[in-house]
Amino acid sequence: MTSRDTERPLGAEVVYERPRALADVVTHYCPGCTHGIAHRLVAEVLDELDVAGRAIGVASVGCSVLAYKYFNVDMQQAAHGRAPAVATGIKRVHPEAVVFTYQGDGDLAAIGTAEIIHAAMRGENLTVIFINNAIFGMTGGQMAPTTLVAQKTTTTPRGRDPARAGYPIRVCEMVSVLDGAGYVARAALSSPSNIARAKKAVRKAFESQLGGYGLGLVELLSSCNVNWGMSPGDALRWIETDMIPVYPLGVFKDRSEAGAEAARMEVAG
Amino acid sequence: MSGKVLMKGNEALAEAAVRAGCRFFFGYPITPQNEIPEYMSGRLPEVGGQFIQAESELAAINMVYGAGGAGARAMTSSSSPGVSLKQEGISYMAAAEVPGVIVNMVRGGPGLGGIQPAQSDYFQATRGGGHGDYRTIVFGPATVQEMVDVVGKAFELADKYRTPVVILGDGMLGQMMEPVVLPEPIDPASLPPKAWATTGTGGRRPPVVINSLYLDAAECEAMNRRLQAKYREICAREQMAEIAFPDSEYFVAAYGTTARICRMAIQEARARGHRVGLLRPVTLWPFPAEAFETVIGRAKGFLTVEMSLGQMVEDVRLVVAGRAPVSFYGRTGGVVPSSDEILIEIEKMVEGGGSM
Repeated sequence: MTSRDTERPLGAEVVYERPRALADVVTHYCPGCTHGIAHRLVAEVLDELDVAGRAIGVASVGCSVLAYKYFNVDMQQAAHGRAPAVATGIKRVHPEAVVFTYQGDGDLAAIGTAEIIHAAMRGENLTVIFINNAIFGMTGGQMAPTTLVAQKTTTTPRGRDPARAGYPIRVCEMVSVLDGAGYVARAALSSPSNIARAKKAVRKAFESQLGGYGLGLVELLSSCNVNWGMSPGDALRWIETDMIPVYPLGVFKDRSEAGAEAARMEVAG
Repeated sequence: MSGKVLMKGNEALAEAAVRAGCRFFFGYPITPQNEIPEYMSGRLPEVGGQFIQAESELAAINMVYGAGGAGARAMTSSSSPGVSLKQEGISYMAAAEVPGVIVNMVRGGPGLGGIQPAQSDYFQATRGGGHGDYRTIVFGPATVQEMVDVVGKAFELADKYRTPVVILGDGMLGQMMEPVVLPEPIDPASLPPKAWATTGTGGRRPPVVINSLYLDAAECEAMNRRLQAKYREICAREQMAEIAFPDSEYFVAAYGTTARICRMAIQEARARGHRVGLLRPVTLWPFPAEAFETVIGRAKGFLTVEMSLGQMVEDVRLVVAGRAPVSFYGRTGGVVPSSDEILIEIEKMVEGGGSM
């Protein structure tokens, strides 16, 4: 029995409810984590585009590994980093399906770097939801490829030193130069206005797939207050003060007709 | 279509896969199996299928996982170093019960090894190969015709048991040309529907999930026990072997290309008056223990010959269990044993040189 099915008091209006594409279950995410917001945005878009019935999701390895329990759609759980390859296999079998992956930064930007680059290179009509929280969350706070310079993690106890551990990897900038990428954008789950923009980006990433424009990727700057050692509020503020300067927000590529029009307008000034 | 056609092993195998209803192939170039992806790249689009040259063996096997999980008959092929990379995906397929066919045209190893034929991936293929308690069905065909025949069987068993199936060939089988009779094509649309596959719910049913994660140890153990029950059923039902000269006193145990060479040596040994037969496993897992049991009562000795330094011989010893001497002769690294070498070993066995 869902809230939708229960009788409402006369005159009461539903102003906020669980999207149909989200399962009615309690998630394992830590209090303060923004995975819940990201899940909700994806589910809202699946509902709004009315594609949940033909959606097939691919869960990755990391905190979001249990996403297969949370989305109310067919799901395949993939090996670490391989979600874009698994999604490619699914999409080639069911080209009419709406196939998406949901991957963290360890999964997509470390062990799965080849898979995401080549899925984009091939122009696979997939949607990729990429959670960048600058850390390995599930395994307890180790350095991710996206960890900021000087950021302390359990494997950079004195802070990430570029001389030994390199620099943060910017996935949107990297993927957007590939011809097969249809839509690439970065948004942040740090404030109501940024979340509203993130929702638009998620929607565009699915529309890119529906329009056949190639790989749609949305990078969502997310908080991991537990492993960052911060309060949930401070973690959201840290996204804005520390992450966004390294990972600028915006649309890096939009091959859709609307996107091409916007680009022309920009050039024309 | 009937009648014999002359085909190269790798191409015959690929065509047989298409006729078995395989419409999705994901591969990565490696010698000596390149004719398989090359053939599939041209052939699959003709039948509405899809070919992808993947960025790696890891990606290729995970595309098979995706396509197989989505309900299709999917295949990948490689050779030894590439198959090592595929083990991650094979383990996931076994655990999540995703059907699929993996071809290994084995070459010399370990490491980069060489490109000549070998059988040194027997352990990897028959013991699961990746992490965890699992097995894959493994076929070890000996002729191009048998390779064609086991491809259809491989897809059938993969679907029946929802498990990955390995075809263990070698560089020689893939490269040789022989006359073959190809099977009638199967229309994939005529295959039974797979209610467990990810197709989209259509809003008509609860979601299906293809998964191998069990965070609760008891649930993970229960999943393993389900798999083991399935493997016991496979062992009971799916053993395949050939016995030539079953009334013999001595037997040479060999599979694949090596079995062909052994057959020549056995003919010469028999011409010299030795009562020697051939016991040729066709399924390497399940190992055809039943075939061994039919001859063990009169067998005075077994000689196992492999293109490895002793892998299948361990299974022979397990099955014979001390009831007769088991000796071994092997060449490896891409060296193919000659029938003369094997004949010498047969005569040693007959003269009582076999060791337990």
